[in-house]
Amino acid sequence: MAKTINNYFDELRSTRVWRSVFRSGTGSSTLHRALAVQQNVFLHLFSTKVRRRMVSFSTTWYLGTLTFGTFLILVITGILLMLYYHPSVPQAYADTKDLQFVVSSGMFLRNLHRWSAHAMVFLVFAHMFKVFYRGAYRPPREFNWVIGVVLLLITLLLSYTGYLLPWDQLAFWAITVGSNIASAVPVLGNRVHFLMLGGNQVNANALLRFYVLHCVILPLAAILFIAVHFWRIRKDGGLYSHQTEPKTIVAQTTPAAAALAKDPQ
Amino acid sequence: MSDHKDFSAGMNSDARKSPVRVAFVTRRTSAQVKTADEDQLQTYPEVLFRAAVAIELLAIGLAVIALLFNAPLEGIADASHTPNPAKAPWYFLGLQEMLHYFPPVVAGVLVPTLVVIALIVIPYFNINIEAEGLFLKHRTLRLRIFYVVALGLSLFLLFFHVYVALAPTLIMAGFMFLAGQSSPQSPSAFQRYLSAKPLSYWVMTWFLLELVVLTAVGTFFRGPGWSWVWPWGS
Repeated sequence: MAKTINNYFDELRSTRVWRSVFRSGTGSSTLHRALAVQQNVFLHLFSTKVRRRMVSFSTTWYLGTLTFGTFLILVITGILLMLYYHPSVPQAYADTKDLQFVVSSGMFLRNLHRWSAHAMVFLVFAHMFKVFYRGAYRPPREFNWVIGVVLLLITLLLSYTGYLLPWDQLAFWAITVGSNIASAVPVLGNRVHFLMLGGNQVNANALLRFYVLHCVILPLAAILFIAVHFWRIRKDGGLYSHQTEPKTIVAQTTPAAAALAKDPQ
Repeated sequence: MSDHKDFSAGMNSDARKSPVRVAFVTRRTSAQVKTADEDQLQTYPEVLFRAAVAIELLAIGLAVIALLFNAPLEGIADASHTPNPAKAPWYFLGLQEMLHYFPPVVAGVLVPTLVVIALIVIPYFNINIEAEGLFLKHRTLRLRIFYVVALGLSLFLLFFHVYVALAPTLIMAGFMFLAGQSSPQSPSAFQRYLSAKPLSYWVMTWFLLELVVLTAVGTFFRGPGWSWVWPWGS
């Protein structure tokens, strides 16, 4: 019989190099599949098994997964965009123009990044409301809900800081409108505003600050909190479901016993 | 002892999950232990595969959108040339709409801070965990509080001419009023549904409705000088 792809894959998995990389070993038994998750630094955030009911579409609408998907797309397209972008005035605008008209697939890259960003903001909100209406914030999951709120704020900040980077009129005035709100903070308002922009109005310093926030600080914060968010799902007993809490034994009487109980003698 | 058993016994327990499980069987009843061992999937490969498919479908959808619609790019930033209206990103337009009515310290600082705090504390209050129907207990008192709050909030919004926020408030108040007149014994299924809804449900749904309406108004219905325009006009 000819070798199937699976055979080749099994052979590959039993090579010394492969086994030095992946700690789970060969084999496709339940144990090995569990080990593949448990023995992997990234996958060990998740539990090795998931209740079948929890992966059905209607339970979560996959909103958390999709939000993470937009984040992945944004990281990949974002890194590629960074290769063509200088965070300086007026070069930033020229680079954005070049992305649209000079760089191969630059337009597609920028479009994908922008629409994914909008999608992520939308999906984060949708995820939050879905979790709320399922009642999934209940203990012991309350802190994961708080982490979710933090991730919502990080997402908004990521989107907001990215909004300035094209350095066009839309970007400039949206950030001007938004940052003016910071001036309204009692007592510290003007200082917060100055700290945020590196000046009294949106200028080259603001562009650089937003660039660093958008490309380094906020993504790192997001990755950190996403990891904790995923890990807490496992630690808190998997996805919330109304009926998964351990139930007391349901005593069921047979019809004969029920009749006896109702009418003794 | 009679020769035939009029009960059946079953046992199905996981000794590792719950080492001790005791059932008391009283004299004239018999017990049948029913523990539903939930069907489980392995994360690798089944669940990860589903997640990968979901993300791939999303990526395809977004790629199609990216091919069809171009991201906007206007002229280079110019501090001396203010567009009218100057709008924030869409997810902040609800806030910007509020800024139209209230001073920045209220609409821009106080309200968002309170919203974030309110979201964080949801799971730390027993009332939100038990999540019992709002008007099921202490009905008269709670109805009275609801009337005062709803009326106060509506008058406040009316006073500041915030009609776009008033409309969702009145709609929610209408549903809550109906919930107050309902009970789990109500004939209509919708009323039974409303009567079971807890406080957090009402507040959150009101927030969701306000969020959607204010954002939509800020995005589509606001033109030069933040005046009301119709999206299909001009």
